[in-house]
Amino acid sequence: MIQVKSLNKTFKVAKRNAGIGSAVKSLFKPQYSTIHALEDISFNIDEGEIVGYIGPNGAGKSTTIKVISGILVPDSGKCDILGLTPWKNRIDHVKNIGVVFGQRSQLWWDVPVIDSFNLLKDIYKIPTKDFNDNLDLLTSSLNISSILTTPVRQLSLGQRMRCEIAASLLHNPKILFLDEPTIGLDAVSKIAVRNFIKTINKEKNVTVILTTHDMSDIEALAERIILIGKGRILLDGSLTELKNKFATHKTLTVDFKENSSDINIEGTSILSRSKERIALSVDLNKVKVSEVISTLSNKIDIIDLSVDSRPIEEVIIDLYKEYQI
Amino acid sequence: MKLYFKYVSILFRSQMEYRTSFILLSIGQFFVPFLVFVSMYFLFQRFNTIGGWSLYEVALCYGIIHMGFSISECFVRGFDSFSSLVVNGDFDRILVRPRSTILQVLGSKFEFTRIGRLSQAVIVFVYALSNLNIDWNFNKILTLIFMLASGIFIFSGIYMIGATLCFWTIEGLEVINIFTDGGREISQYPLSIYNKWIKRFFTFVIPFGTVNYLPLMFVLDKVEGNSLIYMFTPLLGMLFIIPCILLWGFGVRHYKSTGS
Repeated sequence: MIQVKSLNKTFKVAKRNAGIGSAVKSLFKPQYSTIHALEDISFNIDEGEIVGYIGPNGAGKSTTIKVISGILVPDSGKCDILGLTPWKNRIDHVKNIGVVFGQRSQLWWDVPVIDSFNLLKDIYKIPTKDFNDNLDLLTSSLNISSILTTPVRQLSLGQRMRCEIAASLLHNPKILFLDEPTIGLDAVSKIAVRNFIKTINKEKNVTVILTTHDMSDIEALAERIILIGKGRILLDGSLTELKNKFATHKTLTVDFKENSSDINIEGTSILSRSKERIALSVDLNKVKVSEVISTLSNKIDIIDLSVDSRPIEEVIIDLYKEYQI
Repeated sequence: MKLYFKYVSILFRSQMEYRTSFILLSIGQFFVPFLVFVSMYFLFQRFNTIGGWSLYEVALCYGIIHMGFSISECFVRGFDSFSSLVVNGDFDRILVRPRSTILQVLGSKFEFTRIGRLSQAVIVFVYALSNLNIDWNFNKILTLIFMLASGIFIFSGIYMIGATLCFWTIEGLEVINIFTDGGREISQYPLSIYNKWIKRFFTFVIPFGTVNYLPLMFVLDKVEGNSLIYMFTPLLGMLFIIPCILLWGFGVRHYKSTGS
């Protein structure tokens, strides 16, 4: 459905040192440095997938999204989305896609939401019947029917984001690009947005490509992740694979009756220790969690214990470290 | 076209959210250029004619160019203020919608407060016409309409060039105002009063001469020989928009977007 092959894109950026002297200098003799925003990016995405596209700031996430949504023209490379090349058949291509930029609004600021929707109906030439059906569905599932007549500038961020997502789906796109859709949202809105994305993916088989820094978004939504750093794709695989590769440790937290004896078990390291509680990091390659527990129960009187996998955030940090990005 | 009016309607409603500001700005837009005309009026009180043109003839020149200018500033404002679309990344939004970029940029902004400037131009225009003894016929009325259209097209073309420059640099775009504001100021008077290179520049490079000076020669019966050429000069001036549109298309492919 989406085939991207060896995309390259470079930007020229004006270099300038601090201070007024160099500012004047750059006026007459600007210096440029070349940034490789994308280097040999290739991937395929099938219909109905939800793909998390992750990487640190400046890695090239937004640039990729902009190229495949037809905003930027790459220096070289091929891209075939539903048989169209985004930067060559822009108008036909964008009929198939919906785009949400978390940090920018696509709604008209000073008029009620419904006016924006009606204008989008004309922009996309949506037939009235389809429009009404879609509007009903979207307003009820995103719970925005009560705010349709409120001017956009008076909406809270969470309300606005739900309206943005509705706006990007009015024309029944087959692909949805979400660029940081949950940025700045509170927990309730975040979960509402996530659930909705899941629902349209299941029910309408919309392919979703999602960039985010919020790993819980990825965990909740994406079956597959693509990691990009410094303009290159570093990893492309399922989230479970990634976790198994990097989640080699588990954290064991134990509450016990007051005891100050020495606890030192092979294959573990102590994260924190008090008189009544200890947190251990267990290296799964060396020892099993159950063995650690049985050793512990011989030494101390256990009241309560919990085993946690490492949070996905830490896994990602390790990943960034490993690839030095 | 239907979509264009939808854009007008939604932005008009937006503007009406700030009614007081709209009224005050419109009044300001009325008086600032009107004072220019008043000073022109006193100039003629002192000198009677300039380069063989009377006050009313020059007032006609003035009325036409200001009507063209204010209409284009109102409806082509999207191109005039295009740099803001690039700076805050809203042009991305335009590119992901299945309509032509020109239509969408036009629809991104309207400056309705230019109604003030337009009404002063219309007043001067009517004042000039009612004091001139012109032998009216169909061709002359048609010519006046051509002139107005030509003015709108040329100003719009210059705005488009300015907007296209934004694809490469956001800085220093005030330069383009030399041609919009400067062109307007120059063409308030018939081009014949200026020296040769100004005349040539504003006839053959940026064809403001075709908006009022050349066709007015026809309307005011100042031409000897084949007057029909003069009648159709505004249509030639309108061709100015074509290279501007081509340049725009070239610029869009070089859009760099901003990071987010």
